[in-house]
Amino acid sequence: MAIRKMICITCPRGCHLEVDTETLEVKGNTCPKGAEYGRNEITDPRRVLTSTVRLEGAPGACRLPVKTAGPIPKGLLFKAMDALNAVTVTAPVAVGQVVIHDLLGTGVDLVACKQF
Amino acid sequence: MVDVAIIGCGVIGAATAFSLARYDLSVMVLERENDVATGTTKANSAIVHAGYDPEPGTLMARLNVEGNRMVKELAKQLDVPCKEIGSLVLAFDERDLETIKELYRRGVANGVPDLELLSAEQALAMEPSLSKEVKGALLAPSAAIVSPWELCLALAEVAVKNGVELRRNSPVTAIEKIEGGYRITAGGEVVEARMVVNAAGAEADRIHDLIAPHAFTTLPSRGEYYLMDKSQGALVDHVIFQCPNKDGKGVLVSPTVHGNLIVGPNAEPVEGPTDVAVTADGLAFVKKQAAKSVPGINYRDSIRNFAGVRAVTDQPDFIIAEVEGAPGFIDLGGIKSPGLTSAPAIGEEAVKLLEKAGLVLTEKPNFVAERRRVRFKELSSKEKAALVAKNPAYGRIICRCETISEGEILDALHSPIPPVSIDGVKRRCNPGMGRCQGGFCGPRVQEIIARELGVPQQEIPQDKAGSRILLGRTKEKGGV
Amino acid sequence: MSEYHDLIVVGGGPAGLAAACAAWEKGVKDILIIERDKELGGILNQCIHNGFGLTYFKEELTGPEYAGRFIKMLYDTGVTVRTDTMVLNISPDRRVQAVNTHDGFLDLKAGAIVLAMGCRERTRGAIGIPGDRPAGVLTAGAAQRYLNIEGYMVGKRVVILGSGDIGLIMARRMTLEGAKVLACVEVMPYSGGLNRNIVQCLNDFDIPLYLSHTITDIVGKNGRVEKVVVSEVDENRAPIPGTEMEFECDTVLLSVGLIPENELSRTAGIEINPRTNGPVVYENMETSLPGVFAAGNVVHVHDLVDFVTAESQRAGRAAADFLAGRSVSGDADLELACGDHVNYTVPRMLRLANIDKAVGVFFRVNKVMAAGTVRVTDAAGAEVAAFRRQHMAPGEMEQIQLPKVLLEKAAGPITISVEEASE
Repeated sequence: MAIRKMICITCPRGCHLEVDTETLEVKGNTCPKGAEYGRNEITDPRRVLTSTVRLEGAPGACRLPVKTAGPIPKGLLFKAMDALNAVTVTAPVAVGQVVIHDLLGTGVDLVACKQF
Repeated sequence: MVDVAIIGCGVIGAATAFSLARYDLSVMVLERENDVATGTTKANSAIVHAGYDPEPGTLMARLNVEGNRMVKELAKQLDVPCKEIGSLVLAFDERDLETIKELYRRGVANGVPDLELLSAEQALAMEPSLSKEVKGALLAPSAAIVSPWELCLALAEVAVKNGVELRRNSPVTAIEKIEGGYRITAGGEVVEARMVVNAAGAEADRIHDLIAPHAFTTLPSRGEYYLMDKSQGALVDHVIFQCPNKDGKGVLVSPTVHGNLIVGPNAEPVEGPTDVAVTADGLAFVKKQAAKSVPGINYRDSIRNFAGVRAVTDQPDFIIAEVEGAPGFIDLGGIKSPGLTSAPAIGEEAVKLLEKAGLVLTEKPNFVAERRRVRFKELSSKEKAALVAKNPAYGRIICRCETISEGEILDALHSPIPPVSIDGVKRRCNPGMGRCQGGFCGPRVQEIIARELGVPQQEIPQDKAGSRILLGRTKEKGGV
Repeated sequence: MSEYHDLIVVGGGPAGLAAACAAWEKGVKDILIIERDKELGGILNQCIHNGFGLTYFKEELTGPEYAGRFIKMLYDTGVTVRTDTMVLNISPDRRVQAVNTHDGFLDLKAGAIVLAMGCRERTRGAIGIPGDRPAGVLTAGAAQRYLNIEGYMVGKRVVILGSGDIGLIMARRMTLEGAKVLACVEVMPYSGGLNRNIVQCLNDFDIPLYLSHTITDIVGKNGRVEKVVVSEVDENRAPIPGTEMEFECDTVLLSVGLIPENELSRTAGIEINPRTNGPVVYENMETSLPGVFAAGNVVHVHDLVDFVTAESQRAGRAAADFLAGRSVSGDADLELACGDHVNYTVPRMLRLANIDKAVGVFFRVNKVMAAGTVRVTDAAGAEVAAFRRQHMAPGEMEQIQLPKVLLEKAAGPITISVEEASE
């Protein structure tokens, strides 16, 4: 049995968690999301990716802020960046508009965060 | 072949160019960097000294007192910020009291007007922020503060407007004596000139050596400074000096023409004229020494540290002479303090030496010694309204801290010597001089320069060539 | 002749937006927001990372999304907005002078004003880093704008000085965009940023965090940063000789603190609290000038935008009350003083008549504590209230609610102090 200490990143509170790497029992969390985070960090760590993509057709702006609509596997962050860097969005664009559908087969969409 | 080539466009080269621009001559100025006023001229105490410091009978004594009067006149004529606020030299003990008496005598001998020895009470009444340890002071009402780079720019701009050619990015690498003059290699190009003025500042010895046997050696001496926020600018109303002693000339505390407070310098020998690093020890020394004069400086309000290298040489006086064996080649070397003050007088002195060497001076009928620029912040509400109504660009404020408008930046970019860098714009109209140090306006200024010059924004440097800010675009191959 | 508005809000970032919306909801129908940038949203537009809105919207938004929601709310009101407009001066009689390219010089008069100018970053000059002065030394926020809005890379090999949240966020952003972040260097023995950002911005990318270290030299002789020297510091933050490490890099990003931007407030004659560098405010965010309110980072630097929103709504509602004659201006009934481990409080003065049931008080502690008790005592030393807290740190704002009934019983100035729980 091994205990991994970690800080929950689900919210700014930053709870100090202790997770049993075998039983996946989580201690130190103050909410259910913390327990879920602790378990996921052992089995399948995920992160929301925020970045920008090229933007055309919007006067005075050349980058569109984007995010993954949910967390994606941490190991895919740089591959995802490559995919983002290949994309150009043309205005008009609305908040929440899908920029890449099912990013890298993760089932998670990349969406726009700003209206242009 | 041009009549005169001037090497270096710091304040000395610019003053010489200005003095020559009056005459019907072809004059070329060769500047190493991408702008004028980038060496010692932009990094010094910015003081127009009264002239009690130099030994009577020296060039420094005469040119300082002449220069003091000339700088103030030129500032009015060419719209350069300059304020005659007077200076105090403080005495803290018996020996200092003797020193200020000696300075008083020297000043009188040098022709400095209105000097006055003050008691401690008088000094403290005049400057309540001074240390209570003050025992007496020398008041020199004719001392002034000036924007050194703007003085240089004004002189150079007027020279250019009157026909002087300025070549930037032209470091001089070789000089050769030819029939009737000199052949100068500068920035890979060749310039021929009948006469040459060496105004290369801390590199004047190197330039001299290109044409004549070694005669003097620059001993670069670095001075480090604090520049404080405007909240500290009213701490003192005069330039506050300390008595010169064995550790140097002492640290000064002074308002600047821009409303800040300047504190410094120390004096540290350095390897070369480009070593303008600031050091922890140097700044600590400045702080400690300044506290002797003005204990209440709040260093939390520091907005910038900088250092400049003085063009000190192994000679005690300015070196202003025709080079032996090189007719028509004039050295203006070792122009240390009070060099800024003396600059216009040195320019005139250089013209006299050139005339003696055979240059024929015929005054141009159409010489125009005038320069005006818009300072939006300083206008009244009514004037602001009228100006913006006439030209909306003055209604777009780019620099928040200093309230500098796009109109002023455009004026700078279309001036006789258009800047090519963010700091070049800053020297001309002050965006980025304030407390955020260009954090907000730097990118906006960069964008405007790029637009006006028609080059990509990422090629616009912070200051000198090589000081790139942007290394590429995002979203390009490999990210970088 | 001046143009009149019931309420002028100076600044269209999160604070100004929330204040304007709240004032509108409370019945003020003539509101003007003056924004110096070309769009509303302020600094949120460049904060493209997520983590905003967990308190206010109960979901995790990016900066532009958070701003976008308020901008949308604002568009449903009749609030007037002037973008690309710079306020030049505010006078004590609530005259506001501003300028832009389309209206020219504006001479405005306001019934009430909300100051929402935000803050600026501390620079190299403010902290005096020794060394050469090459290009490539930028504040993290300036780099963030270049990167996220303008699409420029400011560096390829980066050292970050300071572990404030912007610095940490930029460590991740620069890494994702292909730069190598070599180190994050913090002079204090603890980070100034949120724990979650240390995990997801540094640890995730194996970027080392050097606590109790600082940059002691910047080398760059040819115009651009070439190298920095990092040294460990002692408990007085003085570098320890012999601990030097060198990093070959082309960029230094500074995340060394934020300063409320109060030049307009100062020239208006508003009293400034030297502890926050922001205006001294009453319970309703009113400054020392009656009818002039302040909210958000212009008052004190916040850790979360959600708190900026809450505070600004308080200011907006208070401005509405002031305009309707529903509030009292003038002297305070109670002052708040800082006791042990408390750096400042916002507000600093209370007028009980303006407090409904309770007043929220923000403060920051000056050391990291695993647990502790916030004690509120009156001049006689009697305890007014006490609050238990797990984990407090200078990087995080604390908030307590002081019930009016307890305040009414308190004598004289009230002191807020924090007692660290012994292990």
